[in-house]
Amino acid sequence: MPVDNAPSSPSSVDRRQRAPAAGDPLAIQVEDLRKAFRIPTHRVDSFKERLVRPFAGRDFRELKALDGISFDVRKGEFFGIVGRNGSGKSTLLKILASIYRADAGKIRMAGRLAPFIELGVGFNAELTARENVVLNGVMMGLTPRETRNRLDAVIEFAELEEFSELKLKNYSSGMLVRLAFSVMMEADADVLLIDEVLAVGDASFQQKCADAFRAMKENGKTIVLVTHEMATVEEYCHRAMLIDGGKIRQIGDPAETGREYLKLNFERGVETGEPTAAGGADGARLLDCWLEDAAGERTTTIEQDEPIRLRAELEVEREASGIGLGFVIADPNGLGLFEFGTAVLAPDGSDEVPAGERIVVKAEVENRLAPGRHFVHLGAQSNRGGGVSIYVHNAVDFVVFGTTSTKGVVSLAHEIEASLEPEAER
Amino acid sequence: MSVLPQEAGLREVGGPSALGGGSRRFFDLLWLMSVTEFRRTYFGTVFGYLWSLVRPLALFGILLFVFTKVFRVGSELPNYPVLLLLGIVQFTFFQEATTNAVTSVVSQEGVVRKTQFPRLVIPLATVLTAFFNFCLNFLIVVAFMLAWGIDPKLTWLYYPGAIAVLFVFTTASSMILSVLYVRFRDVAIIWTVGAQVLFYATPILYPLGEPGLNDPHVEKILMLNPLGVLFEQIRCWLIEPGAPTAAQAAGGTLNLLPAAAIFLAVCAFGVWVFSREAPRIAEDL
Repeated sequence: MPVDNAPSSPSSVDRRQRAPAAGDPLAIQVEDLRKAFRIPTHRVDSFKERLVRPFAGRDFRELKALDGISFDVRKGEFFGIVGRNGSGKSTLLKILASIYRADAGKIRMAGRLAPFIELGVGFNAELTARENVVLNGVMMGLTPRETRNRLDAVIEFAELEEFSELKLKNYSSGMLVRLAFSVMMEADADVLLIDEVLAVGDASFQQKCADAFRAMKENGKTIVLVTHEMATVEEYCHRAMLIDGGKIRQIGDPAETGREYLKLNFERGVETGEPTAAGGADGARLLDCWLEDAAGERTTTIEQDEPIRLRAELEVEREASGIGLGFVIADPNGLGLFEFGTAVLAPDGSDEVPAGERIVVKAEVENRLAPGRHFVHLGAQSNRGGGVSIYVHNAVDFVVFGTTSTKGVVSLAHEIEASLEPEAER
Repeated sequence: MSVLPQEAGLREVGGPSALGGGSRRFFDLLWLMSVTEFRRTYFGTVFGYLWSLVRPLALFGILLFVFTKVFRVGSELPNYPVLLLLGIVQFTFFQEATTNAVTSVVSQEGVVRKTQFPRLVIPLATVLTAFFNFCLNFLIVVAFMLAWGIDPKLTWLYYPGAIAVLFVFTTASSMILSVLYVRFRDVAIIWTVGAQVLFYATPILYPLGEPGLNDPHVEKILMLNPLGVLFEQIRCWLIEPGAPTAAQAAGGTLNLLPAAAIFLAVCAFGVWVFSREAPRIAEDL
């Protein structure tokens, strides 16, 4: 991966600056969209089976993936769609992209749509980068001539000039992602639909994505992003929509949608007997939570082996005593990797915390995490008198970057030796 | 949510279809995919094109040997080797196109499930790639014909028309097969057998309408095959003006009607089944 010119500072885009207002023209208009899937109880997938059992597979169960969805996206808007697995969010995206057909409802769109929902789709490993770029460009709706004119720019943006005649099967995954992204950027579509794209690539590539998205935003592109990472939505989107069970549960401010999403997750948590809690009205409030680099600047990326410097500020709203406070560092799959915590003490050593006090947390953790995105959950609980009890899911997230790739979730200090035993000693 | 008044610039999105996404994009994609695939297969390696000739030529050699030296059917007909080679090259186009088409849509799964891609391009590209190959092979057939001593004639001008019919039939068959395979995965095996049966049911190894060569009743049945009618007529136009026409071989022009009806039925069914299934392919994969 080449070194990126962009600084590795937080890539948060100021969404208030250019947020499209109500008067702006619409880019996407969706009215009462419905889609149901028929899931046969017994799937017949050969003629032989059809002959043997002519009436098998006639029974099916209907699954309502989308149940009356209506919303608008304005031109130049960065619109997030969140939801749990199976909520219908990907189905919605596929219908918007004309990959699935809706059972009922209308979609209207202005401008040219990039007909992709994932990076690198349609790449043929047997073809060279150049051939693939041309093929992909035409898929995007450019003419072959236009694509050939942009060919050099695409290869250049992807920083693959030396490899343009190499077949894609010989590319590394990083090179592939760069090529795919650069094709998408050059396709110059007005509306982009993206499914979880930000999860792809390493930290410096994610940085490049962030810069590219900012550029697209400034050029007035409309982007619909489907994800289940709230952090991404809050960072990029002007507005966000939460889908649950094929219906819109919340639409509007990303932070609001994020809270609703958390609530939803916790509701489900109750059903499955998982610990529950919610941030906010529980005697304390998380004001901020962030990471710092060695110079004390805020950051969202940490190099491998560089310590994790975690900061948080809480406000205590109810008098409490004996507050214990802890963090969990989790991987993107929700697996808790490490938990640590401390008691909150006043300067005089007492553990009584009066209402209105601020708790400042500074933690430094040895960074044994494998490269990738990580999430920090925060919890605080008073042990006497039930004054404070909060839990904040994804209080902050960060990316660990590094050169070692590993199948593990942590990279522990180790010593290992492998040698051949001298034959005589056997 | 309130229904907003329709604003300027908004177009309704139709959903996936066989042609979806505009005709210019459709033809650009079709052309690009066919040419790229053709280049990759035949010019990517040193022996690429020569290698692709091995199969039809080997088949030609074996059949020529068997039917002139062993069974001696062929040695009684003056132009048998030319007929055999032409027939093999034409049938190879049909077989190669349809066989590759069967799995084409499924093997392009990523494109179908992740992009808005005009579905029809996929089987059509395999037909077009096979057609490019056929055009190259046909040059060899022409060279062979001239060397054999067959003079060019005006009726050769009908040949592109005949090939157009073959192309349409091949396309329709490919459309049916590719879309059925999405639902029924044993179509691939069934079609290997089917194509084999069709090879023997088409007048390639044996000409039709030659007095005393075949049972006339069997010939009538064989002339139900649109490919049979086509190959028989091509023989007459291209190689032997005196050979029985398709109508003569079938025992009357009226007897060609069933074959014509089958041809039209296959085409109509192809268009119908493909446009019916196209919007659902992504869901069924």
